[in-house]
Amino acid sequence: MSPINYVYLAALLFTIGAAGVLIRRNAIVVFMCIELMLNAANLTLVAFSRMHGNLDGQIMAFFVMVVAAAEVVVGLAIIVMLYRARHSASVDDASLMKL
Amino acid sequence: MSFPLLTVTAALPAVGAVATAAVPAARRTAAKWLALAVSLATLVLSGVVLARFDPGGARYQLTESHAWISDFGVRYELGVDGIGAALMALTALLVPFVIGAGWHDADQVEERENSRWRPTQGFFALILAVEAMVLVSFAATDVFLFYIFFEAMLIPMYFLIGGFGDRAHAAGEEEGAKQRSYAAVKFLLYNLAGGLVMLAAVIGLFVVSADSLGEGTFSLPELLKARASGDLTISTTTERLLFLGFFAAFAIKAPLWPLHTWLPNAMGEATAPVAVLITAVVDKVGTFAMLRFCLGLFPNASEWATPVVLGLALVSVLYGALLAVGQRDMKRLIAYASISHFGFIILGVFAMTSQGQGGATLYMVFHGISTAALMLVAGFLISRRGSRLIADYGGVQKVAPVLAGTFLVGGLATLSLPGLAPFVSEFLVLVGTFSRYPVAGIVATAGIVLAALYVLVLYQRTMTGPVRKPEIEKMPDLKVRELAVVAPLVALLLFLGVFPKPLTEIVNPAVEHTLSDVQKKDPEPQHPVADHTDPSAWFDYKPAGHGGGDHE
Amino acid sequence: MIGLLVGVPLLGAAVLLCGGRRLDRGGHWLGTLLSAASFAIGAALFLSMLGKDAEDRAMHSKLFSWVPVEGFQADVAFQLDQLSMTFVLLITGVGTLIHIYSVGYMEHDPGRRRFFGYLNLFLAAMLLLVLADNFLLLYVGWEGVGLASYLLIGFWQHKPSAATAAKKAFLVNRVGDAGLAVAIFLMFTTFGSFAFAPVLSSTGEAGEGTLTAIGLMLLLAACGKSAQVPLQSWLGDAMEGPTPVSALIHAATMVTAGVYLITRSGAIFNGAPDAQLVVVVVGGVTLLFGAIVGCAKDDIKKALAGSTMSQIGYMILAAGLGPIGYAFAIMHLVTHGFFKAGLFLGAGSVMHGMNDEVDMRRYGGLRTHMPVTFVTFGLGYLAIIGFPGLSGFFSKDQIIEAAFGKGGTEGWILGAVTLLGAALTAYYMTRVMLMTFFGEKRWQPDAEGREPHPHESPKIMTIPMIVLAFGSVFAGGLFKAGDTFVDWLEPVTAFEHGHSPVSATAVTASTIVSLVLGVGVAWFQYGRKPVPAVAPRGSLLTRAARRDLLQDDFNHVVLVSGGTHLTRSLVYVDNKVVDGAVNGTAAGFGGLSGRLRRLQNGFARSYAVSMFGGAAVLIAATLLMRAV
Repeated sequence: MSPINYVYLAALLFTIGAAGVLIRRNAIVVFMCIELMLNAANLTLVAFSRMHGNLDGQIMAFFVMVVAAAEVVVGLAIIVMLYRARHSASVDDASLMKL
Repeated sequence: MSFPLLTVTAALPAVGAVATAAVPAARRTAAKWLALAVSLATLVLSGVVLARFDPGGARYQLTESHAWISDFGVRYELGVDGIGAALMALTALLVPFVIGAGWHDADQVEERENSRWRPTQGFFALILAVEAMVLVSFAATDVFLFYIFFEAMLIPMYFLIGGFGDRAHAAGEEEGAKQRSYAAVKFLLYNLAGGLVMLAAVIGLFVVSADSLGEGTFSLPELLKARASGDLTISTTTERLLFLGFFAAFAIKAPLWPLHTWLPNAMGEATAPVAVLITAVVDKVGTFAMLRFCLGLFPNASEWATPVVLGLALVSVLYGALLAVGQRDMKRLIAYASISHFGFIILGVFAMTSQGQGGATLYMVFHGISTAALMLVAGFLISRRGSRLIADYGGVQKVAPVLAGTFLVGGLATLSLPGLAPFVSEFLVLVGTFSRYPVAGIVATAGIVLAALYVLVLYQRTMTGPVRKPEIEKMPDLKVRELAVVAPLVALLLFLGVFPKPLTEIVNPAVEHTLSDVQKKDPEPQHPVADHTDPSAWFDYKPAGHGGGDHE
Repeated sequence: MIGLLVGVPLLGAAVLLCGGRRLDRGGHWLGTLLSAASFAIGAALFLSMLGKDAEDRAMHSKLFSWVPVEGFQADVAFQLDQLSMTFVLLITGVGTLIHIYSVGYMEHDPGRRRFFGYLNLFLAAMLLLVLADNFLLLYVGWEGVGLASYLLIGFWQHKPSAATAAKKAFLVNRVGDAGLAVAIFLMFTTFGSFAFAPVLSSTGEAGEGTLTAIGLMLLLAACGKSAQVPLQSWLGDAMEGPTPVSALIHAATMVTAGVYLITRSGAIFNGAPDAQLVVVVVGGVTLLFGAIVGCAKDDIKKALAGSTMSQIGYMILAAGLGPIGYAFAIMHLVTHGFFKAGLFLGAGSVMHGMNDEVDMRRYGGLRTHMPVTFVTFGLGYLAIIGFPGLSGFFSKDQIIEAAFGKGGTEGWILGAVTLLGAALTAYYMTRVMLMTFFGEKRWQPDAEGREPHPHESPKIMTIPMIVLAFGSVFAGGLFKAGDTFVDWLEPVTAFEHGHSPVSATAVTASTIVSLVLGVGVAWFQYGRKPVPAVAPRGSLLTRAARRDLLQDDFNHVVLVSGGTHLTRSLVYVDNKVVDGAVNGTAAGFGGLSGRLRRLQNGFARSYAVSMFGGAAVLIAATLLMRAV
């Protein structure tokens, strides 16, 4: 199977993730959609690495995974705190950060 | 590796600033004395710089050079020519007077705010910080290094203007605070805007030098060498744009009409010593940099811009003087007078003659001293009466003759009375301008009449006439501290007016170097008399109609 | 030695002005002593100069190099030749006498020490002016005397009128000073130097246009300092100063500096006939202007000030005639120094006895009450109107003769003007004399109700007056006898005889006729019938002359109110237009950011939309660029 198919799959995953971020209000879902987009990017990196015979992409994928893990830690903590404060996990309710 | 004299001179006030800031809140007086001691030590060091400087030697002396950000060719390079050495000396000279005159300036803030942020320590630390940054600016021969300190001095100045403003405000404390913060923000924004344009030009210069030389550099001596040898060529348009970028920043700092409006606000709202710091020290960096960077790096563009610059300088001279006449606030009056004087300095710089540029350099030094004398006495006067409005005074001469006398001397220096130092520089600027641009010279000469007008009107309205107000009747004369601040300045004005030679000797070679950068020669006299170095050889002339006018 | 001449009074000024109150008791004597010392040095130098041949009398001494800048040499160096020597003796001599007089005159003034400090400062500056060997140093003295004059006119600073007069004097002089500065610029660009010797000996090489320009600029300077039309307006107001100041500065010495300047730069004017013509015209106009003003004033000092203006007009006119007139200009200057100083001191003595009243309509019949003042003032009076045998007769007669000697129509006009001036001089001086010393008493109590009790002044004041009266009587004859004075100055100013179409006797005769005419008319008006204590309305000319021929009104309308409007509108422009543009820009940015901040609505998902949209646009743009 040609590696290009993995890129198509990644594009599909990314689109699903992006649509989720835009459409869903629940912070947990939005968060998972972001994870989906990150993993789509990982998939492209690995696929391109394979296509070009270069290991840089795979290394980069590991970086992304580490960053994503860190982000999960911080992000989930924020969401939990937000839920405790407002009894809601809707992203639209947290709209105080504006001028 | 020789002793890094310039670094030590500039670092001393910086260290002093930190030390002063660290003095505990309860020991305010100790902080004042510490700051004064540091500034005096810096004065001694700058005296050593002057003494070690050899006018006949290399162009840049006491040089230091270390790699700093090597990827971008930024080096920590210091070195002084005669102009830089003279201005470093001016800075180090004036700061002790600023500190002495501002001895009680922070007390009011201290009493009123009663806060834990130690205003006294802050005030004196900020002054020393400004001094350190100005000293580095005068000594930096690396364009980027210069730029950093040129910009960085805005920060302490901002706090000095906004945090320690003049409390003598006609419209009351609240309005005063508003005006003060307006002035501080205006000062900051003007100068930041200029700095931003300059930053673009600094980067442009690096790119151009990297294109031509293979490796970009910010080092002024190297750039000058490359320009002279033809290695570094800049296309006409690029040169003009770069020139404008640098010039805009310096013209705001200087300040040149029509970019001047921040100065009257800043000087009016700041306390008198801080106003002296602004006009006599910080603003000099602008004119100094025109001479060092604009002319040195972009000679062709400088020549291209000369007519416009001269025109703006002339407008500054007359406009500043006329506006000074129309002011009701004496600190704003002095600010507009300074604008007029900066016009003279820029006129001298761009006249491209040795008299003009030599005169402009002397002007920077002498204007610093004379404005300091006038402004500080005005500050003493204001602190007695609590008002900056000229109309609130009158008849002070009768109750405080010494104050009035020193005020008059400061005023006379401002109007360039012969015998006082500013006369020498103003005359040189005018002669230098006249010999290349006669019309500009004559127009600028009108400025000396207007100078007499605003000074004498100020003196008449404040010092003469009958004493009408009870506040003035009780006004004490100068105290010992105040006299100790003013007397040396007056003595210096007199001494340098009669014997400016030590200074001209240091400045002359630097001016010749600058002139050779722009490839200009002084215009020859039309009918030069032969060697006139020894007038006594000339003395055997006979008047016409008495055996002919032949000379020997 | 020459430097000491300047240094001694300068030291006095420094000590007296910085010394503080502990010098209040003896300071005035110190000032007088130093002035006398300066005179002694001058006299010693004069004697040693007399011992030499006429050609070798000039001395030169360089103290130090003042402003050495590439291509620009200014030295502090002195040149003492016959011309400067004449001035040195006049300045220090009359100066010392007036110092002595002031000891008495200022006895009750709390600021006496300061007064003597200023007087010494003036002496130093004036000596610097006449001893300088280059125009730049002369300029220092020039502004220095201006400063001393400013300080002394405004000596009684608590009087607003004095402070205003002082400011006016300085400002008007500054206009003249600017002229001198431009003249120096021109010399520098033409000759590369501004020392007397090189410049004056190379005038032949420069074009006439340049010389004319330099000459006119020098004339502007002279007009300012010597109160010549059109810069004469300050002199009348300058009488606000104490009377000894009016005698020393505004009659005998400083105001004649313009004559010195023109005579000193004779070589320049000789090469510029057009400039000379203007000089002569200025001198002639001022001569009549001052005389007319002098005829109308009731203030004794202002009448004398008009007279000073007019007499200096004579000198300027003579100096404008070139080598035929220089020596006579200086000669008249010296004799004028004696008699005008004497007249002012006399006026001061009268005021001293009359509770500082200056209005002559409130004098009258003072001759019996102050006999010494009357006699010395009378001798000064006879000298100034040119009574045969007295100083003024000789010096003025020579100028009138030289004016005719100019030749041609010009000569006739100038001669007529000078003769008319002589008649007017006789008229207004007789008027002063009659109103003050003759007629019945018209004394009135002063503002505080004190009745005047005229009395003779103390000896310390009368002795200087007597000495000056001697000078007024004999100096002219001494100078004239055997052309001593002309020969003395000849090596410096050169001398030529004019070609007068009128014989010397005829000139003298017509001078005497105009003198008699002037005295006669004045006697007819003021001697024969009593003087009204309130000034009559007078003719249009009289009324104009009382207001200085409307010069001040002109200045007020054109310069003062014009200038005020200009500065006011500029202040407005600076605040609204220049600063407004900046504040407008700031406000514009503020408004823009106000709009932009609405994009910041706080909804995370709308930010995400703009992010995705932006990314999409970027990708599309990249693809598009690649496709093209």
